[in-house]
Amino acid sequence: MISESLSGKRIAITGSTGFLGTALVERLLRGVPDCELVLLVRPTRRNSAQRRVEREILRNDAFDILRTQWGEQFDEICARRISVVSGDVTSNGLGLNEGDRTLFTACDVVIHSAATVSFDSPLDSSIEVNLLGPNRILQVLQDAQAKPHLVAVSTCYVAGNRRGAANEELLAGTPFQVDVDWRAEVDAARRTRADLDARSRIPEELTNFRRGAREELGAAGLPMLAAKTEQLREAWVNDQMVEAGRSRATSLGWPDVYTYSKALGETALAELHGEIPISIVRPSIIESAWADPSPGWIRGFRMAEPLIVSFAKGELNTFPGYPEGIIDVIPVDMVAAAIIAVAAKGPEDEPEVFQVASGSTNPLQFKKLLNTVMEWFGEHPVYDANGHPTASTEWKYAGSSGLEEQLHRVVKAFDVAAKVINRLPIRGENSFTSKFAERRQNLDQIKGYVDIYGAYGKCEALYGIERTLSLWNSLPIEDQTQFGFDPSVIDWHHYITEIHLPTVVVQARVKTTPDKRTGPSRSERLRAAVLDPDRHFAAFDLENTLIASNVVESYAWLATRHLSPRKRFEFTLRTLSETPGLWRRDKRDRTDFLRYFYQRYKGAPLRQLESDATEMLSDLILIKSFPAGLRRVRAHRAAGHQTVLITGALDIAVEPLRPLFDHIIAARIDSTNGKLTGEMLDVPPTGEVRAQLMVDWAEQNGLDPQQGVAYADSASDLPMLEAVGYPVAVNPETRLVTIAERRGWLTENWPKTAGAPKPLLPMGQRPKSQAIPESVR
Amino acid sequence: MPARQGLVLEVDRSTPPIVFHHGEGFRFEKLPTGSRVVYPNEPMEPIEDVDGAIRNALANPLGDSPPLEALLSPGMKLTIAFDDISLPLPQMQAPDIRGRIIEHVLDIAAGAGVDDVHLIAALALHRRMTESELRHAVGDRVYDAFAPNGQLYNFDAEDPDGLTHLGETDHGEEVVISKRAVESDLIVYVNINLVSMDGGHKSVATGLSGYTALRHHHNVETMRRSKSFMDQENSELHTKNWRQGRLIRDAGVKIFQIETTLNNDTFPEPWDFLQKREWEMNAKERLLLLGTKKFLDKVPRKSARTIFQGIRAPYGLTSIQAGEVEAVHEVTTANVYRQHLVRVEGQTDILSMGLPYLGPYNVNSIMNPILVACLGLGYFFNLYKGKPLVREGGVVIMSHPTPWEFHPVHHPSYIDFFEEVLADSTDPEVIEHKYEKRYAEDEWYRHLYRTSYAYHGVHPFYMWYWCSHALEHVAQVIVVGGDQRAIKRMGFRSATTMRDALEMATDVVGRDPTLTHIHNPPVLMADVV
Repeated sequence: MISESLSGKRIAITGSTGFLGTALVERLLRGVPDCELVLLVRPTRRNSAQRRVEREILRNDAFDILRTQWGEQFDEICARRISVVSGDVTSNGLGLNEGDRTLFTACDVVIHSAATVSFDSPLDSSIEVNLLGPNRILQVLQDAQAKPHLVAVSTCYVAGNRRGAANEELLAGTPFQVDVDWRAEVDAARRTRADLDARSRIPEELTNFRRGAREELGAAGLPMLAAKTEQLREAWVNDQMVEAGRSRATSLGWPDVYTYSKALGETALAELHGEIPISIVRPSIIESAWADPSPGWIRGFRMAEPLIVSFAKGELNTFPGYPEGIIDVIPVDMVAAAIIAVAAKGPEDEPEVFQVASGSTNPLQFKKLLNTVMEWFGEHPVYDANGHPTASTEWKYAGSSGLEEQLHRVVKAFDVAAKVINRLPIRGENSFTSKFAERRQNLDQIKGYVDIYGAYGKCEALYGIERTLSLWNSLPIEDQTQFGFDPSVIDWHHYITEIHLPTVVVQARVKTTPDKRTGPSRSERLRAAVLDPDRHFAAFDLENTLIASNVVESYAWLATRHLSPRKRFEFTLRTLSETPGLWRRDKRDRTDFLRYFYQRYKGAPLRQLESDATEMLSDLILIKSFPAGLRRVRAHRAAGHQTVLITGALDIAVEPLRPLFDHIIAARIDSTNGKLTGEMLDVPPTGEVRAQLMVDWAEQNGLDPQQGVAYADSASDLPMLEAVGYPVAVNPETRLVTIAERRGWLTENWPKTAGAPKPLLPMGQRPKSQAIPESVR
Repeated sequence: MPARQGLVLEVDRSTPPIVFHHGEGFRFEKLPTGSRVVYPNEPMEPIEDVDGAIRNALANPLGDSPPLEALLSPGMKLTIAFDDISLPLPQMQAPDIRGRIIEHVLDIAAGAGVDDVHLIAALALHRRMTESELRHAVGDRVYDAFAPNGQLYNFDAEDPDGLTHLGETDHGEEVVISKRAVESDLIVYVNINLVSMDGGHKSVATGLSGYTALRHHHNVETMRRSKSFMDQENSELHTKNWRQGRLIRDAGVKIFQIETTLNNDTFPEPWDFLQKREWEMNAKERLLLLGTKKFLDKVPRKSARTIFQGIRAPYGLTSIQAGEVEAVHEVTTANVYRQHLVRVEGQTDILSMGLPYLGPYNVNSIMNPILVACLGLGYFFNLYKGKPLVREGGVVIMSHPTPWEFHPVHHPSYIDFFEEVLADSTDPEVIEHKYEKRYAEDEWYRHLYRTSYAYHGVHPFYMWYWCSHALEHVAQVIVVGGDQRAIKRMGFRSATTMRDALEMATDVVGRDPTLTHIHNPPVLMADVV
């Protein structure tokens, strides 16, 4: 009996925070009452290994049964039976401290299920985890002269793209063996990383990254652009490593870097295990549970689900595969049960391979899968936000390459369009730019899935499961009842319609009822959070956030207020002719632009400007204001928040807005003898300076930026938006729309008042009376 | 030709379509047979010698007031207050009667050796007047002589140093008016009494006052008990104003009241066809009307607005009287009634009205939805003496495009009122209780009222209170040809055509209802018997 043979044993598990790992932990705790578990978990930046176990494993709904069964003792029993060791399979020695190493090496069984299962990991990280991971475990055990039974989880797909029967045997000596030296592969992967990194640092590439950063963020200021440039560089190296992984894997006949690194890992394990007895378990595609811990239990979004959901939403109607192709799916509980059975059986002298797959005894054809899915969504349609059912059309099969090409073309077209759109003066979330960004993201996702799925569609090997079945047959009836892993019992129609799809739609959070949304929308919730009395302050940008105007307009207004009609005409011509140059300068560097532009105020009489500014409030600022924005400023005050205006506009020009704000940070020009000099008193508040000034002000006033709200319209305001806990994009330009959407920020669209006067040119009304004072410039 | 009296026309099959004002345009409506159309009196003959009349009024005051000249002496403080941009409607062709009177007053003051003269636009909580508007009201000569050195200005009801608390009436109504006015040896108030609501004690007690005092009568309860606020004898609004005015008088503030009445010669050429009765129009006028309508239907609303806001009325002066407030006002009121009152027999189930482009609060501005409601349910509805023209539980049908548009400078608090307050409730009492204080004391609105050209934060509330008598009296309000969203926001129903509106009204007033249409402007006041 399984529970007897594992009784009192100490079992180490790697990869317990994963889908299969979680199932294993639960199954062992429940099915083998006397075993102890040692979980090797990688600490993250935020959470220690212990905390990850509590949050990511024990709180999972897989443990619902045990919670009920054990009641209040749950925590205590878990604490007693589970030891957590902090470690990482990518570090030599697994990164274990002395005590943990002792604990780990003293185990009777080690189940190694840690892997990077992503099909598009960078080459070297796949190698580090999937190939070298098992080696490091062996090393640790051998160093401690421990000889536990090592059960390594691999995958059926190590057989690669080859056709025919793939049996339960080590790859060496079979037709599926690929004759490469794994050590050379490791060296090559590391070298490739170094080479690419070096290449990313040559001046031409760095220029490209800088250009890319500017394109994405606009004039966001140096530190922001520098950070983005570095991020782009790293992303580029990573992308190249992913590409390197994919091409290396396919060049050797594997569908992807995952199976390639897994296959090499098996080879290395077989070569190095020495006196440590090993068994290898190879599942096929692991999907939601057949029965345990509950039918349909799943963790995370697996392989097929995104495609299925895209189909249900009508976003995709072509499937990357062939109708008669076989999709080898196996429920997670069967894999967990098989692993436990292998562990209980104990090792043989020679390494044994067990395959857990459905294809050879109970095959599921694409045709059947897709027809059943289609039928099910016909009866259970998915609804859009308006409560209308979305129509899913009939699947078409396109061998994956055709679809890939098609998608590739569309993505390319999108990229070109995005470049154009980013340059257009379009704003706002409701504009098509937002839809565009969303579609683009979807498309990226689908393309990713198709790439992966396409590769699997091409695998046409049949995975034999004789050894697994004979293990099954050798089990007493009690074990067969409790630890089922005979795939022939699966009724695919039942599995798809009753178990899998109901879970998929829940996991994907799609609407399955036509009811209109009840309760507050996401925006309403974010808005409420922003106006919560617990917030400390609200910082506002001015131009295009509160008013649809800019420094040039206010300058033009002030400068023309006292000019004769003739002089006005000349002024207009001159300003118009300068516009393109000013615009270019502004796009390049806001600070530089302001310094250059504000020189025009040289010689302007200060008192006159101050009194004119009051009139400008009515004649320019209010006319171009967004009333909802002004309302929001006051809502913040009403909620007890401090309000601050941060703008590159001139302090004199924004003075009339003073009653809205507790503090105003604006550009200041020096003056002597009542006249402006045109020289700025300090660095104008733009880009990162703006963020810094805001944070400084907050801290001086004992306010916490994390409890701050910031409103701005442009990607160049990113430093300011990122410096607070509650950023809000207002009438965002296209670049910011994308960023805000990706990060889940609140977006507001504040229009000007319908009916507001629209003066053709921003010119001051000339007062009829009063001695006409000298004007600016 | 002597002016003809107004009349009530009974629509028969030969009656041509009636011209409805419809914002910056018109509608032609064929009313059901048997409907009544109330036409205003034709403009009374104006006084030809205006200067003579002014001189005469100042020299021969009413009540127990000495002539103006006798009230002036060297070294005294004189304050001349005058009605603001809300009067008259539309603005009158230059020279404005206020300016003409002020020139005479200033001449006499100069002759008497008075140096300390302030001229104040008595705008209470209305928006400040712009330079060009002030120039129009008082004339360039006066403006240039007084404005540059700060002696001509807009009243500021929120100036913390500019108001004097004079006390409370025996009903507990606070009285707070301009400090300069209180400190003056004499206030001369120059009125234009366009409708019977204007003038009397309301001039100083309201025009030179602020929120603290106004809230005692600018509220829902008072407005509901003013039946109507155009009829002083039955107006709670006036009763309270009179109590405040008498307290001002008793506190020793001397007021020399000047009131003027105008005829209703509202539309200059080429718009004068709007003063014609439809069946009396000649071919040229019909063509002009038709062409104008077609043109206005085509041009953007902004352009139409510019065209209409440019209209200056050729109003003629019909009377001027000066002296003690109450004595003056009695004569004035009689003169206003002479021009406006039209006798109508019995109430009606449905009252229809064509709302024009202009009300008191959108001169050189935009008639936003709240102002549309106020013009129809506040002003037009209340232009009655005796009983409301429409029966209790009846229906009011108003025609106006009611666009969801606001002037960002003039009406900032209206925008928020519409977006925030009306979205929550349209019940005047609820609104008053829940929101008034916050808006009235809002620092930003106060700032805009004082330094920009914004109506006071509380003003939109008053507009809504102005409607409260009508809202309580009628069962349904239907707006024809307007923005559905904006109409719905205010709790009204919208209809595309008059025919639809009448059909909708039958749900409330039953089959075969009676319909009365008031053909206003030119202004008329229904004397319902």
